[in-house]
Amino acid sequence: MAKEYWRWTEYRWTSPDVKLNGQQYITCGIDVGSVSTQAVIMLDGKLFAYSSMRTGSSSPESSQKALTWALEGTGLAQKDVQYIVGTGYGRVNMPFAHKTVTEIACHGRGANFIYGPTVKTVLDMGGQDCKAIRIDEKGAVKNFLMNDKCAAGTGRGMEVFADLVCVPIEEVGQLSLTVEKEPPPVSNTCVIFAKSEASALLEEGWEVNKVLAAYCSAMAHRVVSLLQRVGVEKEFAITGGISKNPGVVKRIERELGLEALHPNIDAQIAGAIGAALFGKAFLAKGGK
Amino acid sequence: MIANYGYKDGSGEYFIILDTDKCDGCELCVKACPEHVLFMGEDIGDPLRDVPVVLVTEEHRKKLRYSCASCKPSKEVKNLPCVVACPHGALRHSW
Repeated sequence: MAKEYWRWTEYRWTSPDVKLNGQQYITCGIDVGSVSTQAVIMLDGKLFAYSSMRTGSSSPESSQKALTWALEGTGLAQKDVQYIVGTGYGRVNMPFAHKTVTEIACHGRGANFIYGPTVKTVLDMGGQDCKAIRIDEKGAVKNFLMNDKCAAGTGRGMEVFADLVCVPIEEVGQLSLTVEKEPPPVSNTCVIFAKSEASALLEEGWEVNKVLAAYCSAMAHRVVSLLQRVGVEKEFAITGGISKNPGVVKRIERELGLEALHPNIDAQIAGAIGAALFGKAFLAKGGK
Repeated sequence: MIANYGYKDGSGEYFIILDTDKCDGCELCVKACPEHVLFMGEDIGDPLRDVPVVLVTEEHRKKLRYSCASCKPSKEVKNLPCVVACPHGALRHSW
């Protein structure tokens, strides 16, 4: 069977520092995205465990699987979790969630948790949409814009390209930065057309890294124009799967003339962290 | 909070821009819209807010250019029914 270059590694993590110790609030946030699903467990608003896996064809099943995996080996059972908040596009179909919250609010709150109060502009580059969010020092949303009309500038678009050029998705970004001279960006914004444009470039004899550079810079240019609509205020951060692709991140930074903050925890789980934090807020408000 | 609903494509930018701090949930804009583009619901940016705010329906977010076409004035005068209906000036169009 042919190798699937788009297929990224699923993972889970348990905090080495935070221990189960009679905490008051045990909450969970589950972000069911179009491409990946993350479940985060928080104890009194501290990150305890998380998992990230591929979203299957059923969002109730994916969310359950991610939750079970996040709880694995932590000594917690699902019944111990007091409040579960669902977010992401699959949130509408999550039977065991106590409440659902939009991903805009969750990413704002999650970015504030990951990057601290100085972050004011968040760009979430998800599986099939892209969100530009301005937040205040508490992580509350001030201004936002969501583009989910097409897959250009999203994780799924990048997967398609990884597969086209036969480069593992985790290496795409780094490889795209090895070009000596920046090529002109691919002109098509649509992934399907951009892919045929890239196929033509490959046939013309373009190196793989050059084709990837052309795609990464097209993606960067596209999201920068969205960011400019809401306005960019320092500090600036990127969340979502594409934040792990230096080829896109570097080009966005170059175009904005502003460096993105470096996360000390996985920026892909920002939405789920935000959801778990909202869970705590709802519990504190009386469980409603 | 400012909410931008809409999209950008090859032909231009089509966003309805809502200032939720100015919205008091009176629904006048919802009633004024002949295409049922607007509705009242939970604030997307602030789930802890209790008062419902105006939102753009999922269905229309991706085709605003066409949904709003029938109301767009043909001369320079801007008198979009939804914008005029709002007593607090909470609503505008980007195009």
